[in-house]
Amino acid sequence: MQGSVNAAGFGHRHLLGIEGLSPAEIDRFLDLADGYVELNRQAEKKRALLRGRTIINCFFENSTRTRTSFEVAGKRLGGDVINMAVAVSSMVKGETMIDTAMTLNAMHPDVLVVRHPESGAVQLLSEKVDCAVINAGDGSHEHPTQALLDALTIRRRKGRLDGLLVAICGDVLHSRVARSNIALLNIMGARVRVVAPRTLLPAAIERLGVEVFHDMGRGLAGVDIVMMLRLQSERMHGSFVPSTREYFHFFGLDYEKLRAAKPDALIMHPGPMNRGVEIGSEIADDIDRSLIRHQVEMGVAVRMACLEILTGDLGNRPPLSSPAERGRGRERA
Amino acid sequence: MSRLLIQGARLLDPASGLDRTGDLLIEAGRIAAIGGDLAGCAEDAETVAAAGLCLAPGLVDMRVQLREPGAEHMESIESGGRAAAAGGVTTMVALPNTEPPVDDVSVVEFLARRAREAKLAKIHTYAAATKGLKGRRLTEMGLLAANGALGFTDGVKAVADALVMRRVLAYARSFDLLVLQHPQEPSLAAAGEVNEGEIATRLGLPAIPAAAEIIMIERDLRLVELTGARYHAAHLSTAAAVEAIRRAKVLGLPVTCDTAPPYFTLNETAIGDYRTFAKLSPPLRGEADRRAVIDGLRDGTIDAIASDHAPWDQDSKRLPFSSAAYGIVGLETLLPLSLELYHNRDLGLLEVISRLTSNPARILRLPVARLAPGAPADLVLFDPDHAWRISTDRFRSKSKNAPFDGRAVRGRVVRTIVDGRTIFRGED
Repeated sequence: MQGSVNAAGFGHRHLLGIEGLSPAEIDRFLDLADGYVELNRQAEKKRALLRGRTIINCFFENSTRTRTSFEVAGKRLGGDVINMAVAVSSMVKGETMIDTAMTLNAMHPDVLVVRHPESGAVQLLSEKVDCAVINAGDGSHEHPTQALLDALTIRRRKGRLDGLLVAICGDVLHSRVARSNIALLNIMGARVRVVAPRTLLPAAIERLGVEVFHDMGRGLAGVDIVMMLRLQSERMHGSFVPSTREYFHFFGLDYEKLRAAKPDALIMHPGPMNRGVEIGSEIADDIDRSLIRHQVEMGVAVRMACLEILTGDLGNRPPLSSPAERGRGRERA
Repeated sequence: MSRLLIQGARLLDPASGLDRTGDLLIEAGRIAAIGGDLAGCAEDAETVAAAGLCLAPGLVDMRVQLREPGAEHMESIESGGRAAAAGGVTTMVALPNTEPPVDDVSVVEFLARRAREAKLAKIHTYAAATKGLKGRRLTEMGLLAANGALGFTDGVKAVADALVMRRVLAYARSFDLLVLQHPQEPSLAAAGEVNEGEIATRLGLPAIPAAAEIIMIERDLRLVELTGARYHAAHLSTAAAVEAIRRAKVLGLPVTCDTAPPYFTLNETAIGDYRTFAKLSPPLRGEADRRAVIDGLRDGTIDAIASDHAPWDQDSKRLPFSSAAYGIVGLETLLPLSLELYHNRDLGLLEVISRLTSNPARILRLPVARLAPGAPADLVLFDPDHAWRISTDRFRSKSKNAPFDGRAVRGRVVRTIVDGRTIFRGED
């Protein structure tokens, strides 16, 4: 993954995760995205930066929000965006993920945006293709663009990340959003807490640089930001928590629990929300406290920045395979 | 009558404690004589100059998967036999998780015939403890044993139900049969893939707690107390399991166990960035567990080292981590990886060899693995110090799934002999 620093000042070929990025690299994403926020609010939003470039959204797992966000981002920059829902096409015919990757690679995309239900799968795919790969979520591992858009959202409201106290609440065990945010917030100098019942926390989570709480009152005390996580419906009814009613009672965010946080604490959620499960409806819609809709807006800007940075050295990137190997490939075809 | 004289080797016989330089004469497939200098009484014999080399009983690998019948494109009796020969293994015992599984006398007979035809390492098989490896109904254990099955196990699956396991053990006790367990509580290991801890958490992979192993072993030990059956726990990977077996032996229970080289040569960090070649069952554990496994080997709590040979083709391993198969090939690296225990001064050379030869033979009650006149001439001649790098490309096994590619090791097989026949000769 490490390579020479590209024209856009980014030392990586792909964006597979937050872990391994430097504070300066993260700032670069956020600074660039900041500019795109303004562009996206204008009537004329189109740029020609990615004209002639092909971006394939390759989603092995259903997603509407993230895929649409990447699609809008790519099109605003003038790229050609193709959506592929692989879950319902090749995979059911028995084609392996690597076969799919090779097939797409042969179409010479410039960027593959990949989501996959298994941890590590996007990295595996990135090793088999010539283009840049953006991880749009792999299993319970990482979701780097979500962490970047969360960071941008926080930075624009609080003016900084450094020194803030952030509580991440809910299903940390299964959450790639939590892992990417824990990594990013630590890199940028924020303090991170996780708040959840023990059944929703992975072993040794404190080793990732968080303080662990099992009580919302204590976990939210004095925090600047409350990040709620989605609880998947198959985990609500007895497998990880006894019921949605009990979960909301102890771990769902309402005004009562929020009182422990700082008076100006802000609320975030990666969506889609389960109203009445992890977050109360009223609080989710509170325009003074909830940043949830801002997060969606920042998502497009951050993904525009990612596309720009990862295509920054398209002109001079060395090919993955040698010219001789390519020649053989042509003969076979 | 072909006679073979091996001259000037360091003779290692863990069964008798013999460790001295001398000659060994093979005649009619058996060891004819052992002595300081046998040149005088074997003038017509073919001679092998073995100065600087070790001559030991051929390795007895008590747990391999050969994939025949059912998945011969990954491994067969023939290819597995060649891999064994190259690894110095002269006897191996196959797990019953083939397709169809070894739960019927006809499959035992089929394997015996195929092994005879291959004329390579001696191949025995375990039979399933339960019909179809499903963990419910007992197999015809008495008949299967009478036809050559060496023990009973559901292979890479634990017999999970306590009542079924009790009956397996009780029934086995009636015929004095050996029961082997894959000791992992399946409900606790459920969808898990790697050892529970920081690495699993960072990688976002579902985790298996170390407790999954000890819970199954502790339960089984209680059932062994109830039934008195001979019980063998496979591939110990945790400190707690080693300690439990240690205590059971002190109590005098008829219990034995083994481990496999990955559990004393690697720890969970070998997974790195989702290396599927390091995905095993049980999973690679932490460093403290690895040290405890070595301690168990040293003090004899762990009786044997088995390769746990699990061949998989590329399609089974070149996948996202969660989808990839469990296991690695091990026949061809069993000796050099085990010799790391000797080179690292954890165990003496004779002790390492005992874990690979006489101890498993004793557990299996096989009349092999002795350097004694009259014993079958199943031998391995090896250079304990020869330094080389493992290259999975050069494996004879049809499958190359091992996390040891490029590892620098010491100890190389020079010649493997089964019933007096040389079945492998190393390159010079």
